[in-house]
Amino acid sequence: MTDSTLHGRPAPQVTKADIDRGDRLHVGREVVVDRYTKWARVNHWITAISLILLALSGLALFHPSLYWLTALFGGGQWTRAIHPWIGVVLFVSFAGLFIRFFRLNLPRREDAQWAAHIGDVLKGDEEKLPEVGKYNAGQKFVFWAMSILITILIVSGLAVWERYFSQYLTVPQLRVAMLVHSMAAVAIICVWIIHVYAAFWVEGTLRAMTRGNVSGGWAWRHHRKWLRALATYGKRDDQSPDGRGPAT
Amino acid sequence: MTINVNPPVAPDTAMQMGPQDYIRRSASSVPAPARQLEAVAKLIDVSKCIGCKACQSACLEWNDLREEVGVNAGVYDNPHDLTPNTFTLMRFTEWVNPETDNLEWLIRKDGCMHCADPGCLKACPAPGAIVQYSNGVVDFVKENCIGCGYCVKGCPFDIPRISKVDNRSYKCTLCSDRIAVGQGPACAKACPTKAIVFGTKEEMKAHAAERIEDLKSRGYANAGLYDPPGVGGTHVMYVLHHADKPSIYAGLPDDPRISPLVEAWKGVTKYAGFAVMGIAAAAGVLHMAISGRNRVTVEDDEEARRLTAVAPGAAPLDPSKETLS
Repeated sequence: MTDSTLHGRPAPQVTKADIDRGDRLHVGREVVVDRYTKWARVNHWITAISLILLALSGLALFHPSLYWLTALFGGGQWTRAIHPWIGVVLFVSFAGLFIRFFRLNLPRREDAQWAAHIGDVLKGDEEKLPEVGKYNAGQKFVFWAMSILITILIVSGLAVWERYFSQYLTVPQLRVAMLVHSMAAVAIICVWIIHVYAAFWVEGTLRAMTRGNVSGGWAWRHHRKWLRALATYGKRDDQSPDGRGPAT
Repeated sequence: MTINVNPPVAPDTAMQMGPQDYIRRSASSVPAPARQLEAVAKLIDVSKCIGCKACQSACLEWNDLREEVGVNAGVYDNPHDLTPNTFTLMRFTEWVNPETDNLEWLIRKDGCMHCADPGCLKACPAPGAIVQYSNGVVDFVKENCIGCGYCVKGCPFDIPRISKVDNRSYKCTLCSDRIAVGQGPACAKACPTKAIVFGTKEEMKAHAAERIEDLKSRGYANAGLYDPPGVGGTHVMYVLHHADKPSIYAGLPDDPRISPLVEAWKGVTKYAGFAVMGIAAAAGVLHMAISGRNRVTVEDDEEARRLTAVAPGAAPLDPSKETLS
């Protein structure tokens, strides 16, 4: 373990399990860390586009003042017809993201500490926070909130899908589904606002989902435990247990 | 009293109704109409109905609809439920009166009740797909309908049906096209026993009062008018011999009202939803303005270099990934 007493604080124990498949450290004149593989990014952006289209088409039918948004989809009939299909795409696409990301989004002890210091998080005062792995508690919140809300939305959405499924439910059941669907939609839009805002606010983050990598300084500042794990074990799958690098 | 089933052929221009008489229009607003049409109503006297289904046939004929040939499930109801083509349906109930132990055959002509406070219109997201005229007629405007089925959830009587053919919602129009030219609804015109009559709402209430008096004199102590106040009254009313328990008539709601779930969905969820989304976005803007962006410092980069200088797992950096200039 290198630099175990940096800043007078003991460095947390890291293991190979703190690294995702595809995460990789590149050291040269500067440090670059691969964070998301090409397919993870493609998967993410399909999900992102679906979510935005769903929000636009859903809001169009949510409030009369936004009905004009139906023009983006070719009118009211098209909006009504296409919205559930985009929902299916989102669900399948998000399922891919879930499989890719869920392991490192499982809660860890430092998450409670991190969340308790939410004031320091908002101030950007990260030296006061516990070192976190690939995802901090905020990111984990977004991940699990999205997972739960998308599940609620697909179930309630299928229920009120007039074309194929509504006839199997009673009207009182449909009313519950409709209310749940609209409330979950409001909630997921709020989670989405938090997600997008955080990505813009923390400079150097967007690059992880565009080019797939982040700077070493970014990893050190925001996900130090993850960087330590990478420095110690390197690319997870290719690393032998003695800590020696693979033959590239 | 005039029961306007067979009016003069010459159109009654004073009664002509059109878009200028809208008092409500779904997902949009209408200017207050310059005139107030007299409220109309259809009165269905269940005690006089013989279950001949002439009203159903007349409805299909006037509206130029065809129902598919179905199957017999052992009851007289045909088809088994309202459909996008069947705006009105005779529902037959065999009910044993616990007081007399007599079997009573209850026949109710089901269809849109034309509520004064229409749940379908409240739920509808498409501007102008559902309208309400000042005489009480609630009508669907097919051209504006998007087929979402929200009206189905909004309706306290389970009336609208969405067509799988053109993805639009259908229900009884109260023959708005006939009323507009001074005629009564086709079902009322076809009814051989005058169990269905049509006129102004006041006339129909007066007529109902006579009928109820008659029924009471014949031993139906609970005979009464079904004009449920929970939906502001309706422009289709029933005379029921057992008005104390409407639900025995094939599930006619005892106290219909727009479901609180629909009220919540169309009320507080909308306003609270917009507020919460707005607050989330405003909080982001405000936070950015106050604290600025969270930037990686030169020290962070140096620390990363120090930490990774001896990293066993590191690969040499591909020069194309260098972003420093």
